[in-house]
Amino acid sequence: MPQDLTLILLLSFPLLGFAINGIFGKQLPKMVIGSIATVAVFASFLLATSLFSRLDGTTIVNLFNVLDFENLQINASFQIDALSIWMTLIITGVGSLIHLFSIGYMSHDEGFYKFFTYLNLFIFSMLILVLGSNYFVLFFGWEGVGMCSYLLISFHYNDAQKGIANSLAGRKAFIMNRIGDVGLLVALFMIIGQFNTLEYTKIGHLIESNKALTGGAMFFITLSLFIAATGKSAQIPLFTWLPDAMAGPTPVSALIHAATMVTAGIYLTVRSNFLFELAPFTQNIILYTGLATTLFAAFMALRQNDIKKVLAYSTVSQLGLMFVALGFGAYTVALFHVTTHAFFKALLFLGSGSVIHGMHEEQDIRKMGGLAKLMPITHFTFLIGTMAISGIPFLSGFFSKDEIMAQALHHNTFAYIVLVIAVTMTAVYMFRLYFLTFHGEFRGGDQLKSKVHESGPSMTLPLIILAILSIFGGLLNLPGLFFKNSAHWFDHFLSAGTFGLNHIHPVHLDFATSIQLMIFASIVALSVLIWAYLNYVKKGNIAKDDKDLNGWERLSAAKLFVDELYNVLIVNPILAISDFTGKIIDIKLLRNGVYALADGVLNSANISRKWQSGFLSSYLFWMVFGLIIFVAYYILKISVWH
Amino acid sequence: MSLQIISIILGSLTLATALLVVLSKHPVRSVIYLVVTFFLITSMYIMMNAQFLAIVNMIVYAGAIMVLFLFVLMLLNLNKEIEPVNTRTAQFTALIAGGSLFLILITALKDTLILGESFRQKNEQIGLVKELGNLLFTKYVVAFEITSILFIAAMVGAILLAKREKQIIE
Amino acid sequence: MQANMSIGTSLDFFLFVAIALFAIGAIGAMTRKNMIVLLMCIELMLNAVNLMLVTFSTYYGNGDAQIFVFFTMVVAAAEATVGLSIIIMAYRNLKSIDIDMYNQLKN
Repeated sequence: MPQDLTLILLLSFPLLGFAINGIFGKQLPKMVIGSIATVAVFASFLLATSLFSRLDGTTIVNLFNVLDFENLQINASFQIDALSIWMTLIITGVGSLIHLFSIGYMSHDEGFYKFFTYLNLFIFSMLILVLGSNYFVLFFGWEGVGMCSYLLISFHYNDAQKGIANSLAGRKAFIMNRIGDVGLLVALFMIIGQFNTLEYTKIGHLIESNKALTGGAMFFITLSLFIAATGKSAQIPLFTWLPDAMAGPTPVSALIHAATMVTAGIYLTVRSNFLFELAPFTQNIILYTGLATTLFAAFMALRQNDIKKVLAYSTVSQLGLMFVALGFGAYTVALFHVTTHAFFKALLFLGSGSVIHGMHEEQDIRKMGGLAKLMPITHFTFLIGTMAISGIPFLSGFFSKDEIMAQALHHNTFAYIVLVIAVTMTAVYMFRLYFLTFHGEFRGGDQLKSKVHESGPSMTLPLIILAILSIFGGLLNLPGLFFKNSAHWFDHFLSAGTFGLNHIHPVHLDFATSIQLMIFASIVALSVLIWAYLNYVKKGNIAKDDKDLNGWERLSAAKLFVDELYNVLIVNPILAISDFTGKIIDIKLLRNGVYALADGVLNSANISRKWQSGFLSSYLFWMVFGLIIFVAYYILKISVWH
Repeated sequence: MSLQIISIILGSLTLATALLVVLSKHPVRSVIYLVVTFFLITSMYIMMNAQFLAIVNMIVYAGAIMVLFLFVLMLLNLNKEIEPVNTRTAQFTALIAGGSLFLILITALKDTLILGESFRQKNEQIGLVKELGNLLFTKYVVAFEITSILFIAAMVGAILLAKREKQIIE
Repeated sequence: MQANMSIGTSLDFFLFVAIALFAIGAIGAMTRKNMIVLLMCIELMLNAVNLMLVTFSTYYGNGDAQIFVFFTMVVAAAEATVGLSIIIMAYRNLKSIDIDMYNQLKN
C-alpha cells in the first residue's frame, strides 16, 4: 500500500470510530462500542508500524489547499518522518491499550458511548497534531486536543457531589491551555512574517541557506512557542490545571495527561529545533523553567494523599525533566524520556485506576493498604512502574533519566545538583505511594475490605503489556557502555530521520564519567527504596492526618499555595472586572443608551406628526412654498452660480 | 400698434376679473366672474391664432364646467351669510406666498429669449384645426385613445359617488 | 380662416398675464375656505398654464404644445366632474362646505 494511502487510513480510522460511536452509540451494545473504538486505534497502530518499517527520509502527503495567497500558501499536508511516526506509534500503541482498559473500567458508566467517542476524537486530533507538516495543521490538532481534554475532564459533569467541581476543573484546563494557545498563535504569525511559510521543511531550508534570519525575531518566536508548550505541558506558571484534571476518569488521565497531550509541548519544541538552536537565551529560559518545575512539583507530591494527585504532580515533575533536556538542546534525549515516561506513567495511572476500581471509587491512600495480596497483578505491575520512574537500575526509566543527568552534568553543574534533588524526591514520593497503598494493614474498614477484588482481564492485560515495555524500554537508547554497536539506536534513528536534528547530537560522556554517573544514580535510587521500605513497612509509619503535619509537610500538602495565589492575583480580579463590565457598563451604558436612542426617534416622530394638520389650505401653502424654492434654486443655479 | 393696445386691455381685464373671482364673497358671483375670465382668455387664444383651442376652451370650460359648477352651487343652496371666511393672518400669509410665487416666476423669465421680441410667425397655420387634427391623430393618437378611457372612468366615478346611499341618510 | 398677424404684439405680455393669473389662482386656493370656490381657483391656475403653453407654441410654431393644452383641458374636465361629486357627497355627510371641517386626515 502506498504511503499516502496508509497515512490517510491511519488518520481516518479514529475519525470513523468517533463518527460511528457518536451517531449510533446510544443504540449499540457496550461491547460493540468499546470494540469499535479500540480496534480503530489498534488498526491505526498497525498501519503506523507499517509506515515505520518502510521509513525512508521525509515524505510529505498533501491533501488539499487551505489558503492560497501570493505570499503564503497553507496546505493540509502531513509529514511522515522519524519523529512523527515515533510519536504516532506511542499515541496509537499506548492509546489502544488504554482503550482496552477503559472497556472494563467504564463498564458501569452511563455515558459509555460518549466516552469512547471523545477518546477516538482525541486520538484523531493528537495524530493530526504530530503528523502535520506545517504549523497550521499542528495548530488544528493542538486546539482539537485541548477541546477533547476539556470534554473528557468534565466528563462526569452530572455527578451529584462532584459535578460542579469536575466542570470547573475542565474549565480551568481549557483556560490555561488557551493562554498557551495565544503564544502559539503569536508565534505562528511571527513565523509567517519572517519566513512567509509555515512548512517545517521550508523554514528549515530557509534558515540553513540564510543565516541572516537570526536575532531578536528568533527570540520572540521561540519564546512564544515555549509559552504554548508551557500551557499544554503544564510547566510553571501554567501547571495548576493538571492536578485538577484528575477529576476526569482515570483512563483519561492516563492517556491525555501522562502519555500524549502533555507531550505535545515537547513535540512542538523538538519539531522546531532549528528555531530554538538560534535562540540560546530562550533555551536558558526553558532550562530554568524546567528545573523549577521539576523541583517544585516533586516537592508538592511528597505529601499528597490522593493516589491520582501524586501521579499528577509526578507528571508535571517529569515533564519539567524533559524540558531541562530540551534546554540543553538534547532533543533526542528528551524524546527518549517521553517514550519511557509514556510507558511507565500510563502503567502507573492505569494501575491506580485498577486500584480505584477495586476500592470502589476510593482514592485516598490513607484508606488503602495491604492491597498486595488482594490485587496481585495490579500490585506487581505497579511495583514495576514505581521502580521504573524512580530510576532503579536497568529499567527503562533509569536509562532515560541517566541520559538527562549526563547532559546536565556536562553543561551545568548547578542544574545537575537540582536534578539530583528532584530525582531523589521522585523516588521518595513514589515509594511512599507504593508502600502505603500495597503494604501494611488495610485501613479502609472491614466492610470495604470484603469487596476489594482484582480487576478483570481487560484491565490487567494492558497493565502487563505496559509493565513489559517499562522494563525493556530502555533498550531503545542504551548508552555506549553496553552493546557498542546498537548503542544509542533511538538517538541515531531520530536524528537521521528528522529535519534539523542531524546536526544536533546530544553529548556523550566518556566512559569513566558515565560509569560514575550510573553508579551514583543507582545508589540514590536503591537507598531511597531501602529507606522507604524500612520507614513504611518495618516501622509501620502511615500517612499522617492533616492536623499532625509539621511545617514543610503542610506546605507540600497545600501545593505551595500556588492555586490560592493564582486565585488572588488573577482569577478574582478578572471576575471582578467582568462583573463590573456586565452590571455597570453593559446595563447602564449600552442598554440605556439604546433605549435613549429609541426614545429620541419616537419623540421626534411625535413632533413631526403634528405637521399633518388636515387643513387643506396649509397643504397648499406648503406646496406653493416648495415651488418657490424649487424655481429659485434653478434661477440661481443658472444665472448666479455659473 | 393697435393690436398691442388690445392685448394690453385684454390682459388687464383678465387679471381684474380673476381678482374678483378670488375676492368676491358670494360664490355665485365668483362663478360668473370666472366665466368672464374664460371669455377673455379665449380671446387671447384667438389673438395668437390658436383657433381650435379657443373654441374648445369656450365650449368645454365656459360651457360645460362652469355650468356644472353653477348647478352644484344651486344644489347646495348657499347664502352669503354662512359663507366661511378665513382669518386675516391666513389671508395675509397667502398673499405673501402668492406674491412671492409671482415674483419668482417672473424672475425665471427674465432672461428668456422671448422677452422683448415680438411674434415671429413661423407657421401661421399651426393653430388651425386641420394642422392640429393632423398632429393629434398621428403623433398622439395613443394618448387620444387613452383619454377616452379616462372619461369613462370619470363618468362612472362621478355617478357612483353622487348616488344617494340609502344607509348614510339614516 | 387665416388671421393676419403682423409684428406687433409682444409675447412677453401674455406670459406676464399667465404668471399673474397663476399667482392669483394660488392666492385664491390658499385663502378661500369654500370648497367650490377652491376648485374654481384651481381651474384658474390650469388656465393660466394653458395660456402659457399656447404662447410658447405660437412662438416656436410647434403644434405639440397645443395638443398638450388639449389634453390638459380633457383632464381638467374629468377632474372637475369627480371633484364636484365628491363635494356633494361631503356636503351630505357634514352639512358644510368649509374646507377646514374636513381635517380627519390629521395626525
